[in-house]
Amino acid sequence: MKQIIINKLANLDRRWVFLSMLLAVAIPILLGLEFPETPTQQAINVFDEVERLKEGDRVLLALDYDPSSEGELSPMATSFVLHCAKKKVKMYFLTLYPGGPPMIQQAIQRVILTDFPNLVYGEDYVDLGYKPGYEGVVKVIITNLRELYTTDARGTNIDQIPMCQGVESIQDMDLLIAVSAGYPGCKEWVQYAKTPFPDKINLVAGVTGVQAPYLYPYVPKQLIGLLGAIKGAAEYETLVVGKYIEGEPKAVYQEGRRRMGPQLVAHLLMVFLIIAGNTLYFLQSSHKKS
Amino acid sequence: MTERTVWTILILAMIAMAFSRTMFDPSQSAGREYVKQVDGEWVKADLIDRNAGIAEVSYDRTAGLWIAAVFTLCIFSFMYRDNPFYKVAESTVVGVSAAYYMVVGFWSTLVPNLFAKLMPGVIQQWAMPGLSPEIEPTGIYYIVPLILGIMLLMRLVPSMSWISLWPLAFIIGTTAGLRMIAYLEADFLSQIENSFVPLIVFTETGIDYWQSFQNTFMIVSILSCLVYFFFSIEHKGAVAGVSKFGIWILMMTFGAMFGMTVMGRIALLAIRLEFLFREWMNIRPY
Repeated sequence: MKQIIINKLANLDRRWVFLSMLLAVAIPILLGLEFPETPTQQAINVFDEVERLKEGDRVLLALDYDPSSEGELSPMATSFVLHCAKKKVKMYFLTLYPGGPPMIQQAIQRVILTDFPNLVYGEDYVDLGYKPGYEGVVKVIITNLRELYTTDARGTNIDQIPMCQGVESIQDMDLLIAVSAGYPGCKEWVQYAKTPFPDKINLVAGVTGVQAPYLYPYVPKQLIGLLGAIKGAAEYETLVVGKYIEGEPKAVYQEGRRRMGPQLVAHLLMVFLIIAGNTLYFLQSSHKKS
Repeated sequence: MTERTVWTILILAMIAMAFSRTMFDPSQSAGREYVKQVDGEWVKADLIDRNAGIAEVSYDRTAGLWIAAVFTLCIFSFMYRDNPFYKVAESTVVGVSAAYYMVVGFWSTLVPNLFAKLMPGVIQQWAMPGLSPEIEPTGIYYIVPLILGIMLLMRLVPSMSWISLWPLAFIIGTTAGLRMIAYLEADFLSQIENSFVPLIVFTETGIDYWQSFQNTFMIVSILSCLVYFFFSIEHKGAVAGVSKFGIWILMMTFGAMFGMTVMGRIALLAIRLEFLFREWMNIRPY
């Protein structure tokens, strides 16, 4: 009897695992499960670095991701834009991803156009759009912005944009924020911007879970702070919303924390499946020996 | 009843559910997209805007919502097995992506980086009104990338495909040179520098034991991992012990990477389900 159960479980159709994972993610979403987030030092470092900025400072927001990683990174981008808008800094958006321009427009629309209609395009924020060339773009604009950016994403001459006057290169920025999904992204900003100019560039980043382990070695000397995956997004979101939004925040400012509910249940299921799989393996081995 | 029939019924049932939500949702939000005008731009409207009477249904965005939802279901159907719905969605993604990247490539690479340099006056009138019509002193040099680009296209002619090797060699050479310097600076030298940390950290009040442990553990881990990859001597005795510790550290690193990857993948699933429940069917528990 025991052997029959073991064999049945060992040959369980993988689709049952898929179904259980689907339910583990879907049910917390439907129930609206949310858990409190305690920010870790990495999120605090990122928050403090943005908090350090003064009104009118320049911030470059490199949104190097496309729809395939939007689930993880758009909560970070939203929180960064909200934080920058609250700090009244000048925001320069650009992307190294061909699929990035809609992500920039989405971040602008979700935060600036909706909640900060008083911010003026060209004076408070500008969309420099996408430039091809991967790390080559970073390598060039770190010394000469106009070499590649003669116009913004709307085709306006960069010299006619008030907030671009006086910006010779990326070194004129007070902070670089890289929200990145892979190549080209945060690693390239570290390699071609921060490392050659360690005293002039301040860099913080928010990255996908897949990328994060490769970037932790850069913290803290080459990267001041790093938000890893949706967990990092939720922590940073908690800090920003906690300080700047009174009362119940809008759904768009709770995306990170909202997605941690399904994370917890799905991770518990993963842990159970790993333990169950190993137990089953040992039971099968011991039964064969006996 | 075949599996295909079962699967077809499941998908149709899901769509029927969305239709019924669209028809009978009391707030008239399910299956519809509302927009409002802000500074001449159409942006997504919420319930407050609708109650204020400044929002209206956007038919093209509503169509987009339904297409996105149906394609999401088609992709999910692969979890059961490969099927025609999945194939249609997959082919559409490939086709749309290829077209998108071609258009982006033309408008963001060829037009501003090549044509605008060679003939700025024409490009200013045609596509980039913000561009200065005067040719830059270095503009003529852009003939070289134009020729290299044409040589690269020779790949499409089998008898002359060898010509494409020359620009390819140029691309590989410059990229390798560019990256070598960056890796040496940012990863090799800087990482060595970052590893120079005090094993015992002193503070004003005494020794910071936790930071000292962290630093010591990091140095021991780095050294043991390096010993594991040191194949010039046989891994016996003390070397074998250190090497084994190195393997343990590597395994823990791979475990952490796996955990982070799982977190990322679950977030991707969560956003699609959120989209189906919240945006499409307007099931919002919060």
